[in-house]
Amino acid sequence: MSGSWQAFLDMGGYAAYVWPAYAVFLAVLLGDSLVPTLRRHRIVQELRARLVRQAVRQDAAHAATGNESGATAAPSRST
Amino acid sequence: MTRWIPLWLHRLSSPPTFYRFAGAVWPWAMGLALVAGAIGLYGALVLAPPDYQQGDAYRIIFIHVPSAWMSMFIYAVMAVASFVAVVWRIKLAEVVAMQSAPIGAAFTFITLVSGSLWGKPMWGTWWTWDARLTSELVLLFLYLGVIGLYHAFEDRRQGARAAGFLAIIGIINVPIVHFSVNWWNTLHQGSTINFFGTSKIAADMLWPLLVLTLATKLYYVASLCRRARADLLALEGNKAWVHELVAPEPAP
Repeated sequence: MSGSWQAFLDMGGYAAYVWPAYAVFLAVLLGDSLVPTLRRHRIVQELRARLVRQAVRQDAAHAATGNESGATAAPSRST
Repeated sequence: MTRWIPLWLHRLSSPPTFYRFAGAVWPWAMGLALVAGAIGLYGALVLAPPDYQQGDAYRIIFIHVPSAWMSMFIYAVMAVASFVAVVWRIKLAEVVAMQSAPIGAAFTFITLVSGSLWGKPMWGTWWTWDARLTSELVLLFLYLGVIGLYHAFEDRRQGARAAGFLAIIGIINVPIVHFSVNWWNTLHQGSTINFFGTSKIAADMLWPLLVLTLATKLYYVASLCRRARADLLALEGNKAWVHELVAPEPAP
């Protein structure tokens, strides 16, 4: 069993070429699949921060004009 | 028939609809890609017999050829989407074109590196300026050019338009890559798989190749869906549907 495992890893003497090729294939695709996860996280954080800033600004404006209708950061769907 | 297809396409090209559609599609595509990938890799590395000429070095074919096909397939998708974007100015077509470019570049990079790792033991060299290798390298530069041009513009839609033109012009390179082994005398071997005749490969070597081809196709679908979703959030950041999506639940 250990002999066949050794033979598998040895790849008929071509281990130095076969395994790096498979490693690059898996590493590049793993990297590619991480990009949208990180980007989505960053975009959602930025949008949330922007919405909070807008809400604060709106509240301040309402407080200044004495308007207490209580507009919130989440506008309703327009269409 | 001819009436409902454009209507369906029109609905799907609306960003919020596509966002939900892609959100439903990608987990399935990714799951199936992982299953097909695992089966294909097992077949490629364990079940397939060694080649009578190349020994075990030929096993690089199982990732090299599917990646090379994807490098050309994704370019074709990118060029067609760019054409639709440039002619009809459909925002989603721009997103599909520009988000395909990094995935295509990744597969082109894998093709070049795995080919180099295969060339060293078989040809005795990592690289040679032969027609197939050079045209594939040009393909990588076209992808990088499209990505660079897209990011060179302050306005993303303007960038997508300019990069789209480059993608459309660059499509001329795809048939050159494909036919280079027939048109020129090259060191690179000819096509192994012939879809319209007899393939020059044994069945127990062929099936892992086809399963891994399917896996890379599914992976592309999943990756494109995820990239397009993130991009749509950024592009439509001022729209109500995005605000509803990202806003935390309001306190009662």
